[in-house]
Amino acid sequence: MDFSTFLWTTFAVFVTLATFSFLYKDNPFYKFAEHLVVGVSAGYFVIILWYNGLVPNLFDRLKDGDWYLIWLNSSKPWYLIPAILGILMWTRFSKKYSWVSRWPMALYIGIATGVAIPLEMSNRVNKQLFATMTSIDWTNFFGHGHFNLLDTTSGLSQVIIFVGALSALIYFFFSKEHTGWFGGVANLGIWTLMIGFGASFGFTVMARISLFINRLQDIKAWGIEALDASPRANPNYGPGFLIVFWLFVAFVAGYIVYELVNYFRSRTVQS
Amino acid sequence: MAMKRQIPFALVFIFGIFMLFQYFVPHESSEWVYEFLLDWIYIIGILALALGIWSLFRVSVDKIKTKKPNWVYSYVTLMGLFIMTVFGFTAKTGDSWGLYPVFVITFMLALFMLIQVLAKPASRNLYGLFGGAFLLAAVLIAILDRTWGFYFMEAKGLQNSMFRIFFDDVMMPILSTMFALLAFFIASAAYRAFRARNLLASLLLIAALIVMLRFNPYLPYAAYVAKVSNWLMNVPNLAGQRAIVIGIGLGIVATALKVILGIERGYMGKG
Amino acid sequence: MDIFEKMMKLDRRWIFLFLIIVCVVTYAIPFKVPILVEPEVRSIYNFIDSLPPGDIILVAIDYDPNNLAELHPMTYALVEHAWRKKLRVIFTALSQNGPGMAEQAILDISDSLKQDRTFNGVHFKGREIKNGIDYTFLGYKPYYALVILGMGQNFRLPFPTDYYGTPLDSIPMMRGVLNYDQVAGVIDLSGGSITDAWISYGQGRFNFPLALGLTGVMTAQYYPYLGSGQVFGIMGGLLGAAEYEELADNPGRAKDGMRIQLYAHMVIILFIIMGNVGYFAERRRQKREEKGR
Repeated sequence: MDFSTFLWTTFAVFVTLATFSFLYKDNPFYKFAEHLVVGVSAGYFVIILWYNGLVPNLFDRLKDGDWYLIWLNSSKPWYLIPAILGILMWTRFSKKYSWVSRWPMALYIGIATGVAIPLEMSNRVNKQLFATMTSIDWTNFFGHGHFNLLDTTSGLSQVIIFVGALSALIYFFFSKEHTGWFGGVANLGIWTLMIGFGASFGFTVMARISLFINRLQDIKAWGIEALDASPRANPNYGPGFLIVFWLFVAFVAGYIVYELVNYFRSRTVQS
Repeated sequence: MAMKRQIPFALVFIFGIFMLFQYFVPHESSEWVYEFLLDWIYIIGILALALGIWSLFRVSVDKIKTKKPNWVYSYVTLMGLFIMTVFGFTAKTGDSWGLYPVFVITFMLALFMLIQVLAKPASRNLYGLFGGAFLLAAVLIAILDRTWGFYFMEAKGLQNSMFRIFFDDVMMPILSTMFALLAFFIASAAYRAFRARNLLASLLLIAALIVMLRFNPYLPYAAYVAKVSNWLMNVPNLAGQRAIVIGIGLGIVATALKVILGIERGYMGKG
Repeated sequence: MDIFEKMMKLDRRWIFLFLIIVCVVTYAIPFKVPILVEPEVRSIYNFIDSLPPGDIILVAIDYDPNNLAELHPMTYALVEHAWRKKLRVIFTALSQNGPGMAEQAILDISDSLKQDRTFNGVHFKGREIKNGIDYTFLGYKPYYALVILGMGQNFRLPFPTDYYGTPLDSIPMMRGVLNYDQVAGVIDLSGGSITDAWISYGQGRFNFPLALGLTGVMTAQYYPYLGSGQVFGIMGGLLGAAEYEELADNPGRAKDGMRIQLYAHMVIILFIIMGNVGYFAERRRQKREEKGR
């Protein structure tokens, strides 16, 4: 690994620890990392939009024309119309002319909403309703082959899914008061929903811990690279690696000591 | 008045209804119009997204100008945006970088002076003078140094090593770590807020515990717990989530219809 | 202040520190956790395994660096499996901050394909993975729902060129590949609402086999689609990735991370129990005080 790569991976670990320092308290290192990533992500987005969006979809199609005539004699000049419409969206920031941006926005919203209706109705509503109202497998009601209440495709499971889905839908119907038998079914619905939310929480815990585990794995990978790059382990590497590594460790340790001293000092003042 | 509101609403209606019915019309001409519209929408949409970048620039300059809390970090955001954009549009032509680092530094200083001109109008002449000088130096280096170049129509900037370094060692670690903080917040939330106050909360808690313990080999009957968890996900959870999916689908269809028919008008803004 | 009151008022930074110590110590000690494979993950593995060499699949790497912890291991395991089986892969990256990360993953995985490896007793010779022949990386376009719809008409509609600017018509792999009809199946690896678009706008309109790789947060919400047959498999979170690695006999970061998951989960369960013990003790004390009055 070359020195420049090691320097930048050390910076990566620095910003990782700077972001983690927020767990202790908000501090300048965290704020620096936070603001840096906002700017860098925006810059990255500009480049991606340019190369993956504008160049292939617009400029390449106008390329055979003369650029100084703004591609007016290209073989596909009609692509200038959506370009102009897109630029008209920028009038949104003008107090006097912001109404002009409504025209291209109307085009986009009309297309997006028109496309959404049949597809969402079909996939979120119809197909889900069809799947709920399947015929119950009475021959394998308690399990396929043998008694098994945990068989997810048994008739009993199908009945639970049907009753659960229907009662949860009834729970969401707020145009009628939830009293009497209606209220009872709605109650069953909210119990079903709570089981779903509990399952979601269980998965969410795993998801969040995974994010932290990944950071640990990256820090470990950097540590292994750092050790591997020491002159003792590998005589090809100069002392620069060790200097960067130990400066970094000293910086992090120094900040921790500084915060600990402040913490104990504030406790002494309080007592 | 019609130009400002009526015509945009009419456009939403026309294009919305067309796209809605187009789904059911497999004729070639309908498919041709559909593809034509989609093609246009990509270009309009890409240009519209540039609004976000301009907005970020404006907000950051405004923060510096009015000295809002943490205004100093807005410089970090803006320099991050500029430097990533410069890296993305430049690439080596040969093996070495030549005066590229000098170009980057002078160009960044020129852009810094631009920020100062916008944010500190009282001293704009002085900053303008320095900015002009730095810009001139940067332009001269760009013209005279042939070891690297600007690429706007070819995606060579995506392979610029500095662009990749900033993505791999700045953006990725910080973004990953920001989300890794959530691991700790969920632990804290579990400790402080997850209470079995009533039957519903207890149901949620039990479901969460079963899902969280599903891959724990130290439990007695660990395989059985895994089966219960699988049944929980595929039966009661499925039932509850299905009701939510159906509800969301109906909501999307209803909102989309309201937008097409002009009942929902908030997206157009005031005036 | 009694012990329960102290428990209720505990500074959350002690909780953070305890969790960090448990995770770091667990990571330092090497041990294996047995992985039980769920049917929904097995169906994805079996699908890829059953495809003949030369078939094309579309792997949608639709996530950001925020979610790479759970989804990158899935990508690595799945794509290596597909390439070892000599399938051809079309990649998309419809998430804003994802294209660079997706490109890096593709290059990493193609590097690992150069080595000879044995998986599940079958020996695979190393080979060079070539852009344009073994894979095409289409890159990013905004407004993913319309892009997914557009690809159903013709890949060239939203993507006239690939990520590197090469026109799709001049890419050998893409000759004769018009839209989803020429693709055996789509596996969407996503951390956000792009999955909804693949289900409604993609699978719903064009009826191709669709499987999902999801973050843990989203997994529970997509079981209805599994139940209705709209998707044929779900890999949920790091455990889903570990299960795929187990099936593919290709241990990676997911299996490595599951041992930390085990102890971290036990710590969180301990916190939940402690919190509830403190809560009930506090409630009992308040009831006693009220009775006393």
